Amino acid sequence: MLTQTLAELSRDLKARKVSSAEVTSAYLARIQRFNPQINAFITVLQEQALAEARAADARIAKGDAHLLTGVPIAHKDIFCTAGVKTSCGSKMLDNFVAPYDAHIVTRLKQAGSVLLGKTNMDEFAMGSSNETSFYGPVKNPWDSTRVPGGSSGGSAAVVAARLACAATGTDTGGSIRQPAALVGLTGVKPTYGRVSRYGMIAFASSLDQAGVIAYTAEDAALLLSVIAGFDPRDSTSVDRPVPDYAATLEQPIRGLRIGVPREFFDPGLDRRVAEAVQTALSIYKKLGARVQDISLPNFGLSVPTYYVVAPAEASSNLSRFDGVRFGHRCGNPVDLMDLYTRSRGEGFGAEVKRRIMTGTYVLSAGYYDAYYLKAQKTRALIRRDFLEAFTHVDVIMGPTTPTPAFRLGEKTDDPVTMYLNDIYANGVNLAGLPGLSIPMGFVDGLPVGLQIIGNYFDEARMLGVAHQYQRETDWHRQVPKGFE
Amino acid sequence: MEWETVIGLEIHTQLLTKSKIFSGASTAFGAPPNTQACLVDLGYPGVLPVLNHEAVRMAVKFGVAIGAQVAERSVFARKNYFYPDLPKGYQISQYELPVVSKGSVEIELEDGTSKRIGITRAHLEEDAGKSLHEGFEGVSGIDLNRAGTPLLEIVSEPDMRSAREAVAYMKKIHSLVRYLDICDGNMQEGSFRCDANVSVRRKGEAKYGTRAELKNINSFHFVEKAIEYEIARQIELLEGGGKVVQETRLYDSKKNETRSMRSKEEANDYRYFPDPDLLPLVIEPAFIEAVRKTLPELPDAKKQRFAEHYCLSSYDASLLTASRALADYYEAVVKAVGGEPKLCANWVMGELAAALNRDNKEITESPVSAAVLAGLIKRVLDNTVSGKLAKDVFEAMWAGEGDADAVIGKRGLKQITDSSAIEKIIDEVMAVNPEQLTGYRGGKDKLFAFFVGQVMKASKGKANPQQVNELLKRKLAG
Repeated sequence: MLTQTLAELSRDLKARKVSSAEVTSAYLARIQRFNPQINAFITVLQEQALAEARAADARIAKGDAHLLTGVPIAHKDIFCTAGVKTSCGSKMLDNFVAPYDAHIVTRLKQAGSVLLGKTNMDEFAMGSSNETSFYGPVKNPWDSTRVPGGSSGGSAAVVAARLACAATGTDTGGSIRQPAALVGLTGVKPTYGRVSRYGMIAFASSLDQAGVIAYTAEDAALLLSVIAGFDPRDSTSVDRPVPDYAATLEQPIRGLRIGVPREFFDPGLDRRVAEAVQTALSIYKKLGARVQDISLPNFGLSVPTYYVVAPAEASSNLSRFDGVRFGHRCGNPVDLMDLYTRSRGEGFGAEVKRRIMTGTYVLSAGYYDAYYLKAQKTRALIRRDFLEAFTHVDVIMGPTTPTPAFRLGEKTDDPVTMYLNDIYANGVNLAGLPGLSIPMGFVDGLPVGLQIIGNYFDEARMLGVAHQYQRETDWHRQVPKGFE
Repeated sequence: MEWETVIGLEIHTQLLTKSKIFSGASTAFGAPPNTQACLVDLGYPGVLPVLNHEAVRMAVKFGVAIGAQVAERSVFARKNYFYPDLPKGYQISQYELPVVSKGSVEIELEDGTSKRIGITRAHLEEDAGKSLHEGFEGVSGIDLNRAGTPLLEIVSEPDMRSAREAVAYMKKIHSLVRYLDICDGNMQEGSFRCDANVSVRRKGEAKYGTRAELKNINSFHFVEKAIEYEIARQIELLEGGGKVVQETRLYDSKKNETRSMRSKEEANDYRYFPDPDLLPLVIEPAFIEAVRKTLPELPDAKKQRFAEHYCLSSYDASLLTASRALADYYEAVVKAVGGEPKLCANWVMGELAAALNRDNKEITESPVSAAVLAGLIKRVLDNTVSGKLAKDVFEAMWAGEGDADAVIGKRGLKQITDSSAIEKIIDEVMAVNPEQLTGYRGGKDKLFAFFVGQVMKASKGKANPQQVNELLKRKLAG
């Protein structure tokens, strides 16, 4: 039953073929058995999850269940959960118990889902391999010597290893799509503003967006229908109706205009990944789509732009971690400066410090125009390229990552190589567009992902396009060896 | 050597909103520490700011009142620095694009002329909390109740040329924000604070001198003192061959001096950038027009109306319109009396102002209401009580003994206007002062005043003075 998709489990729960208590117990047993191997959970909520499962069963029995009632899920440890440790993968917040629920936590709770635990992640979501976590790296269930991607690496790994039915994630520069690709799952980053950021610990506010990692586009659609929508507590959340994403999944592909940016097929792209993209495109062609070559001329600016904008915002967002009100405080500070420097020096890891320093630098007097302001201009160019493309295509497709999962430790000494793993992802965040990754095959026995980028607030079409592919393929049904 | 002083002021006014600028917590003053700080004010992980539109309305109201441009699009920016009373490690303010820019106010100079003071900009921002040093051993306490309180920072052009002008400008803004009902003006509680940028230059020089910024001066008196001290310090420094350094200085009101807080080199690089948590603030022209329609009569217009309509001097009109509450009080008195604006003005600016000042009360706290004061003035006008005794009646009313009629009745202060009664008193006085009577009749005219005094004394001040004069003249003549 644990190899079921969320949609299948939901139907069985509703038909009372199985109880949430049974499913939850089974997941908890698997977590106990497998989590030590992959280190994907930071916190497991044994008792709380069982209590929620029993409550869900009662609700199902009463007949007022939502599609997600009783479905066991996991939250990335970046989302505040009332009364539960919320670490953001950092020593800084190792002692932090959130006093409130994030917006999406509330929404999923109200729908009756069961929270199994909080997942491991790169520290403050800064990383592409989950190796910057204070709680140690997460292992890729497909190959324990390889990374699961990041920063939502824990969420990706728990779903891939069947330790949860689905998980939430956040995507600032690829942090949902890239790990989803590297573990063979469906990962969805909605349009910026589609999902409230309230209660999600900020990394780079103008790029951060919450989303989901699940088995299928259908599962993701069910989850997104719950977490999307206006929230007055987030001024950047957009007040427009949320469609029933699951209702439009069967829209036929015939006539769909797919744009494939030629810039994505650069020398950094593994030839076999490129071939997998072509194979996927041939399926769409067979379904009646028109595939056309397009250009995003400023694509090459996306990584440098991203690494100015994101650290700049992060350097300011992370100032609140000062040892004064919450989080790590150094022992016996002698004065205020000592309190600040040691609390922050001890609480933050190397990558976080690197980005705070980069961000502080690009905002400093004398450098602001050359870096921050210029990055705002190149960001506008990147957005314009996408807008131009969407005047003649419906979706854009390409690889999610240049290569399959790399080895643990392989890129930790070379941040730039690490950053390039998100080369196809960063631009989507800079433009604020929705994007997803679905499994499209294997290279060297490791999953690789097809990225589908939609127009603003066109999640419904994007999910439908992904769903039609998944009707034709079974990559999303593959389970890593040892986790069957 | 003749020196010219150049002064610009930055005035922080706390806006009178019920809740904070980016959270729903209350802005009420005086609550126990940290009881009015919600998760947003505390800068907790994951929380986000949501703009209070009432604060925007108030900023717009100020903008239209000073004839400024109200930006259709303005931007909130983060001012980054570390301090324990700044929970997020940045203050949300406005930097490159403020909500209000390019306005002005008129101030009145001592020679009776007026001067236009330019207002560069006014922007919305959040206040910080405060550090508490008393009652803690080896550590400091932090009270974040004030964190997130909405402020409108009003930045003037360097248009003032003396401490007096600076005070006049500050008073003008103080009056204006209270007229607009956007700030309570309470300087003790920090609702209205001021920083002054002061520099001096040789008369005739085009370039400004190097300025010092005087921080957080919380009374009109101290502003004048601090600036005067600073001017003298800078001139002395320059005349001694020294140089003024750009720095922030704190005014110590106890010692009446300013001292260096930090130099330009030590100044923070605030790394301002647009706050990505807040969308640009868009204000529709229709909203600006709607706010304009809610403007009350402003001090300048009211002053002019008072001078013309009530035939008051410019000085009286400006005193009576210093605050909206005082002006309203005055007009209520005039209305209840049914005229006599000058007499009413004398009472309001005389006895009433003195009593308020003596007991340190605001006009709104006056124990004598406008109607009650008008009741007394009417009794003066209809000769029930003499002008002199009316002052005693006022004090009794102030002390809570009732209205004018009650006090006059209770204390028997009713004026004697019956001629025969006055004549009787005069006869008695003449009878007991034969020497003076002989002297007067022998040409000592000055003794007339003696008789007036004696008659008034004998009547316990109640005899109508005019009648006393007339009757005495007749009787003494024999």
